[in-house]
Amino acid sequence: MSEVRVLVGTRKGAFVLTSDGKRRRWDISGPYFGGWEIYHLKGSPADPNRIYASQSSGWFGQVIQRSNDGGKTWAPVGNKFAYDGVPGTHQWYDGTPHPWEFKRVWHLEPSLTDPDVVYAGAEDAALFRSGDGGQTWQELAGLRGHGSGPRWQPGAGGMCLHTILLDPKNPGRIFIAISAAGAFRTDDAGKSWQPINRGLRSDFMPDPTAEVGHCVHRIAMHPSHSDVLFMQKHWDVMRSDDAGGSWKEVSGNLPSDFGFAIDVHAHEPQTIYVVPIKSDSEHYPPEGKLRVYRSRTGGNEWEPLTNGLPQRDCYVNVLREAMAVDSLDSCGVYFGTTGGQVYASADAGDNWTSIVHDLPAVVSVEVQTLS
Amino acid sequence: MIRVVLPQHLRTLAGVQREVNLDVAGRVTQRSVLDALESRYPMLRGTIRDQLTQKRRPFVRFFACEDDLSHESPDAPLPEKVASGEEAFYIIGAIVGG
Repeated sequence: MSEVRVLVGTRKGAFVLTSDGKRRRWDISGPYFGGWEIYHLKGSPADPNRIYASQSSGWFGQVIQRSNDGGKTWAPVGNKFAYDGVPGTHQWYDGTPHPWEFKRVWHLEPSLTDPDVVYAGAEDAALFRSGDGGQTWQELAGLRGHGSGPRWQPGAGGMCLHTILLDPKNPGRIFIAISAAGAFRTDDAGKSWQPINRGLRSDFMPDPTAEVGHCVHRIAMHPSHSDVLFMQKHWDVMRSDDAGGSWKEVSGNLPSDFGFAIDVHAHEPQTIYVVPIKSDSEHYPPEGKLRVYRSRTGGNEWEPLTNGLPQRDCYVNVLREAMAVDSLDSCGVYFGTTGGQVYASADAGDNWTSIVHDLPAVVSVEVQTLS
Repeated sequence: MIRVVLPQHLRTLAGVQREVNLDVAGRVTQRSVLDALESRYPMLRGTIRDQLTQKRRPFVRFFACEDDLSHESPDAPLPEKVASGEEAFYIIGAIVGG
């Protein structure tokens, strides 16, 4: 019997939501790490009982937690994130040089094949790797050192490395994204990197089509089509068919092309989901209607999905890490809101129900499909 | 025996009660107390002082004998009553934010 485990990170702790394959009744456990900000939790594809969590606090800094039993019990592992060599500077908000300073881990991405290998995306932007289950961390310094680092600048939420995509077809290939620097790719497991932002346009920049400086909010990829990337940029939904070599806009008929989350259907590589948000100065849905938009054509043509979602007086946000899909035959789609709701659809977005509706503000949602 | 009182979140993280007792070799200073604390509870590394610079985290404060010692040198001797175990060394999360 299949089981689904939803890992929810919130501003005040982590929660684990579990259900059988029908996804009608849910058990809620938590809060784990109550009172701490949990930016992200993610399970190892190679050992689903191995889960990593990023626990942080403005008072007490960064802690990394690890579970070896599917989230029932946790133990802190290593939290020493040291930039390689002399950290150097990036641009501050006013354009002046500012030293690189570690603040927190936004994203944890376990290896596809080894439960002890895990990547961490940090603020200030850097990529770290652990080969010992999170006990020790080493920076993959080629990313910051490839040349454009001094021109990176923080977005409103900080200069965070928030997206890490591991290519299942090419073990040396990793995609990452940074707000507000853009997207980058390595083909040699992190030794060397290149910006992959050709085709992005950001009108807030002095040069709107510059090589770096774009505020990429999230990138998604279907594992069977790893050359095809979908991006929710600050404004614009974008698509690349050449592993980031070039991008074209696919916002089409969306009511707003601002947003944070984006994901791909587990079995239909051209079916993608976004949650339009009104604007960067009004972080809530257009018209007070919480709508997921689905495109079955890889972009451009979008349909609103509203059944079970509030269609009036709804002013929550859906953050970049807060959407995920399961891989059951009827693909489940999940997202969390800053109002503390976690919505689930067991039919690819046609109908939605609230699994839980009074959590702290949801920062991240990940799903494990267990058999 | 040095008595150290931890804030609630760090008690939970370390799996200890409100107060922990530590043996500190040599001079009793902020640095030697925190070294002993982190040696016994490694999960606290980085939560009270920065892992790399060893500087006190901005929203963590140190108190003892009704004095704020947060800005004292980490190598200054702590009050005799702390060194003797009569008074506790308090590590406190500053009251900021929500």
